[in-house]
Amino acid sequence: MNALNEQEVDGGAVKPALPFFLFGKFKEVGFGDKLFRGITGFFAFLILVLALMTFLALWVNSGPCFKAIGWKFLISSEWDPIQQKFGAVPFVYGTLVSSFLALLIATPLGLGISLFLTELAPLNLRTPVAFIVDILAAIPSVVYGLWGMFVLAPIMQAYVDPVMVKVIGGPFFVTTSIGLSFFTAGVILSIMILPTIIVISREVFEAVPNVYRESAKALGATDWETIQLSVLKPSKPGVVGAVMLGLGRALGETMAVTMVIGNMAQVTPNLLAPGHSMASVIANEFTEATGDVYLAALSEIGLLLMVITLVLNIAAHLLVWFTTRNYGRA
Amino acid sequence: MIDELMQKEKAQKVKMETTKPVGESVKLVVPHTEVEMSAVQKVKVKAEGVCAWFGDKQALFDVNMNVNQKEVTAIIGPSGCGKSTLIRCFNRMHETVPTARFAGDIMLEDKSIFDPKLDPVVVRRRIGMVFQKPTPFPTLSIYENVIVGLKLNGVRDKKVLDQAVESSLRKAALWEEVKDSLNKPGAALSGGQQQRLCIARALAVELEVLLMDEPCSALDPISTSKVEELIHELRQNYTIIIVTHNMQQAARVSQKTAFMLNGKLIEYDATEKVFTNPSNKLTEDYITGRFG
Ligand SMILES: Nc1ncnc2c1ncn2[C@@H]1O[C@H](COP(=O)(O)OP(=O)(O)OP(=O)(O)O)[C@@H](O)[C@H]1O
Ligand SMILES: [Mg+2]
Repeated sequence: MNALNEQEVDGGAVKPALPFFLFGKFKEVGFGDKLFRGITGFFAFLILVLALMTFLALWVNSGPCFKAIGWKFLISSEWDPIQQKFGAVPFVYGTLVSSFLALLIATPLGLGISLFLTELAPLNLRTPVAFIVDILAAIPSVVYGLWGMFVLAPIMQAYVDPVMVKVIGGPFFVTTSIGLSFFTAGVILSIMILPTIIVISREVFEAVPNVYRESAKALGATDWETIQLSVLKPSKPGVVGAVMLGLGRALGETMAVTMVIGNMAQVTPNLLAPGHSMASVIANEFTEATGDVYLAALSEIGLLLMVITLVLNIAAHLLVWFTTRNYGRA
Repeated sequence: MIDELMQKEKAQKVKMETTKPVGESVKLVVPHTEVEMSAVQKVKVKAEGVCAWFGDKQALFDVNMNVNQKEVTAIIGPSGCGKSTLIRCFNRMHETVPTARFAGDIMLEDKSIFDPKLDPVVVRRRIGMVFQKPTPFPTLSIYENVIVGLKLNGVRDKKVLDQAVESSLRKAALWEEVKDSLNKPGAALSGGQQQRLCIARALAVELEVLLMDEPCSALDPISTSKVEELIHELRQNYTIIIVTHNMQQAARVSQKTAFMLNGKLIEYDATEKVFTNPSNKLTEDYITGRFG
C-alpha cells in the first residue's frame, strides 16, 4: 500500500512494479513482455526446426532406396524384401483406407455425441459421459490392439462382416474374413479417434455464444434447427479441425492397427481382406530389415507418411479457408 | 443500501395493500383519456401471477400485467430486478435455461401460451424477440438472415422470399441502406444496422408481439434514434414490449410503463403518469435518480 503511494507521488508517473530481485537490473518498461515474447518465439521456432530435422533425417536415410528404385517406389505394389523389390502402394493404400473408414464412422458418431453433450443432455449426465470420453482417450493403443484382436476381431468375423456382405456386398465387402482386415482396423481406429473428435468439437460447440442459440429459438426454431443454424454452421472450421486431428491420429496409429489389420501387403477393394499400413510395416520390419535398401525403403515410407499427413492438413486448412472466407467479421 | 431499500419497499407494500393492488385495477387510476382509450383497446398479452425461479432463487414475484394490443409497453427498473426474466417468460424463452422454473400463467389473446398441447416453437413464431446485442447469424448473408424464420416455416418459394426480404427490411427501415448488398454477410453491417436486421428478421415471420430486451444499449445515439423511430412505426401493426435502462427512451417510445424492483411489479400505468406523477414512492425515487 505504502509502496503504491510512493510510486504515485514520484513525479506522477507510475513506475512498473518489478519483483525486488530485478530492481536496478532491468528498469526498462516492458522488459518482461520482451523476454516472454523471446522465449515463446524461440520455442515456436524450435518446433519448426525439429520438424525440419526429422524430415531431413528421413530424406537422407531413404537415399539408398531412392537410388536403387527411384520413383517406381511410389507406384509399385510389390513388396518382396528378399528379391529387393519395394513398392509403397499397399501401405499407403492400407493407411488411407483404414483411416478414412475410421473417419467415416467416427465423425458422425463423435459430432453426434458432442452435440448431445453440449446441447441436449441434462446437466447431470454431461460430466459422467465426458469422464468416460476422457478415459477412452487415456487407454494405451496396445490395449486397444489386444482388445481388437481378442474381442473385436471375433465379433466382426461372426456378426458384423456377414451383415456387411449381405447389406452392402461387393466389391467392398466380399467374403467373410478371419476378422483381421481393413474394416476391423477402421473400426478400431474409429474408436481410438472418437475421443479426439468429441473433445475438440465439444470445445468448438461450447464456444458458440448462447445468444445465437436463443436467437434461433426466438425465431421459432426447434432444437435440431437451432443446432443446425446457430451451432453447426459457425462451427464448421472448428469441426474440420477436430476431424483433421482425428485423422492425424488415425494415420500415425501403429500398434492397434498392426494387431488387427492382418499385415498382408496387398491392394484390394475388398475391405474384409487383410491389409497393411505404413506405420505398421515400419514397426514390424524395422528390427529385422537387412540391407541398406530395405532399411532405406522403410525410411522412405516414413517420409511418405509425414508428407501425406502434411498434405492432408494443408488441404483441410484450405477447405476451411474456402468455406469461411466470405463469412465476414463475426 | 439494499436493506434500506427492502425496508422502504416493505413499508410501501403495506401501504399498497391498504390502498390498491397493482395490476387489474390499474385502469382506475389512469387519467380520463386513457380510460377511454383502454376501453376500446384489446388486451393482447396478459401476465397472471407470474413467478419465476432460477434454482432456489426467486426472480419474479406474482407479476400481473395487461399489455394492450398495438401499444408499446416499456419495462424499467434497476439492474437485476427481473426485467429480462419477465420479458423472456412472454415467449417461453426462460425454458432454455435448465434451472428456470415458472408459476402463474401468460395469456396471448385469452389462450394460455403454457398450454401443454402447445409447442413453445409455435408461441415463439407469434411472439418474436430482439436481444440486447445484435445477433445476426454470422455465417449467413443479409438476405439469408432475414428469411431464416420463413425457411424454418418451410417457405421455399423464391418469389415469396424475395418479397419478404424487401418488405421486412423496409419495415425495419434498413432497405435503402442494404438493398445493393443483400449477399454480404450480415455481420459486416454496423451495430445499428445489425440490430435493425435482427428486427427485420423477427418481422419476416407472421409476428404479433415483438419483445425487445434493451435493444439500443449497444448502439450509438443515431442508431438508437433510428430504432426508436422504427418502434413508433411498428406500433401501427404490432404489440411491443421493450425493456430499457434509458428512462428518456421509455418516455419517448412507450404508452405504458412498468416499473419493477426486486422481482416485483411496483407500478404499471400510462407512461405519462408514471413519469410525471407516479403513485408509488419507490417509482418516484427511481425516476428521479435517487437509486438504481
Ligand atoms: N440464467 C440465470 N441463472 C440464474 N440466475 C439468473 C439467470 N438469469 C437471471 N438470473 C437472476 O435473476 C434475477 C433477475 O435477472 P434479470 O436478468 O431478469 O435482471 P434484469 O432486470 O434484466 O437486469 P439487467 O438490467 O441487468 O439486464 C437476477 O438476480 C439474476 O441474478
Ligand atoms: Mg436484462
